[in-house]
Amino acid sequence: MSNFLAKKLSAQQQYVVSLLFILLVSGVCFGIAPLLGYRVIAFILLLCVSLIAVSFDILPVLISAVLSAFIWNYFFIPPRFTFRLGATEDVILFIMYFVIALINAALTYKIRQIEKASRKKEEKVNTLKLYDTLLHSLSHELRTPIATIIAATDNLQSKNEKLSQENKDQLVTEIAKASFRLNQQVENLLNMSRLESGFIKPKKDWCDINELAYSIVKKIEENKITQRITININPNMPLVKTDKLMLEQIIYNLVNNAVLHTKSNSHIDISAVNHADILQLIIEDDGDGFPESEIENVFDKFYRLQYSKSGGTGLGLSIVKGFTEALKGNVILGNLSTGGARFTIEIPCETTYLKV
Amino acid sequence: MNKAEILIIDDEEQIRKLLEITLKTNNYNVTHASTAKEGTVVASNHPPDLVILDLGLPDKDGLIVLQELRQWYTNPVIILSVQSSEDVIIRALDSGANDYLTKPWRSGELLARIRSALRSSTQEESEPIINSEDLQIDLQSRMVKRKGELVKLTTTEYSLLALFAKNDGKVLTHQYLLRAIWGPGFINQSQYLRVFIAQIRKKIEDDPNRPEYLLTESGVGYRFISKQG
Repeated sequence: MSNFLAKKLSAQQQYVVSLLFILLVSGVCFGIAPLLGYRVIAFILLLCVSLIAVSFDILPVLISAVLSAFIWNYFFIPPRFTFRLGATEDVILFIMYFVIALINAALTYKIRQIEKASRKKEEKVNTLKLYDTLLHSLSHELRTPIATIIAATDNLQSKNEKLSQENKDQLVTEIAKASFRLNQQVENLLNMSRLESGFIKPKKDWCDINELAYSIVKKIEENKITQRITININPNMPLVKTDKLMLEQIIYNLVNNAVLHTKSNSHIDISAVNHADILQLIIEDDGDGFPESEIENVFDKFYRLQYSKSGGTGLGLSIVKGFTEALKGNVILGNLSTGGARFTIEIPCETTYLKV
Repeated sequence: MNKAEILIIDDEEQIRKLLEITLKTNNYNVTHASTAKEGTVVASNHPPDLVILDLGLPDKDGLIVLQELRQWYTNPVIILSVQSSEDVIIRALDSGANDYLTKPWRSGELLARIRSALRSSTQEESEPIINSEDLQIDLQSRMVKRKGELVKLTTTEYSLLALFAKNDGKVLTHQYLLRAIWGPGFINQSQYLRVFIAQIRKKIEDDPNRPEYLLTESGVGYRFISKQG
């Protein structure tokens, strides 16, 4: 609560609130002074100062401490309505009141400073961790294909006579695969930095979801995948108005993700329907699904499943989320009862049935 | 037939080298330039049959080079650039580029685009017939046949298909198509275009979902490929 209050109120408001608080409580005490005796009132006022110290900065607290001390002296310690202190006992009490109030203020201030420092440290550790993950993931995902290309070309250039034509073909295939992978990672990084820069603005135009789905599948199937992809979309589905390239990237990343993380012969299905002005896209597979404990994190930047085999920077799904949100939609991930993962994307968009 | 001469304007030596190997091994003659200035000089001294132009040149924006070239040069220009945003692609096509490929490119794709661009630039006006495997388009008698059978097209569908046939292999932008077929007031009505393209595909493609003739260039436009020759 303390931080919450301090954050909500400006410095000026803190002064006003703490002074009003002291004055109000003093007023109430003034009314009931005959019933309680002035020493109890000292404790009530000290409590107020402590409460203020929990919530506010050091200066308002100090001022409340001083003010309450003088109020106590003037209005409550006999002889009342003078700053004069009669009994020696009262002098000691007054000095102690003053000192306790100040210590109170100073201590809470110190505690809060320490809290702040440790929070800062924690943030720094988290950022470092993120950078670490990023560097680790990037260096692995970029260096593996680069290493493959360099090693393969070295072999091809070596003029080693033992290298058969079949070996050479294999090496060339590896170079091709590695460069494709490299290109994909760079594409993801570029998209991510576009998202990060806040530079991304959807450009909406009429889009044929059927056409889009088929062209994406065609592109993915060019890589000789072993999974079977089906498309389940009503051929008469209306056109939807959205950013086609962003939607393409969303579907591509989801399907590609399924391809990367399911065994061969798995089945991946793409379906789409529109409910009024909401486009709903579902991409599901019959693989192993996601560990329930990690579902929450898979859309985080650079997040990769704990026992994930390889093949991603951990950017694909965060781009899906970023783009979907840029289109004012949302993405939900769940596991199917039969195993396998299901991504549901919902994006609000205009639709049109145009008859020719 | 003489070997066609292709001029490569690109500042990256590696790219020039790779293009040169690809093109020479496919029976083209190659010249190259590494700056806009050098490219313009080479092109004007000895006009090539086709230019492959990079947009990120050190001394001048490739789009401006393209516009300057187009003031006198009529043979095909193919843009080969790392810039992949639709805006740039559309601007390049509007400035007179015949085609646009983004880096990284596939050699097979590049060669196909070059063949198609060269074919359309040498094509005589008097051979308005597309005669491919199972599709015939006769622009003179306004007849379209698929697998020997007459295809019934509405007037608009025919005008659209005829426009594609005349620009065989070339990307036509959404705006260009809308203006040409529906008129200048319709350049933002892309939904018409999508519906008509879907209709034409149903009539001329084996599988309208996996088109082989009328291809989509995402965010840019459409391209008709006749599969002939």
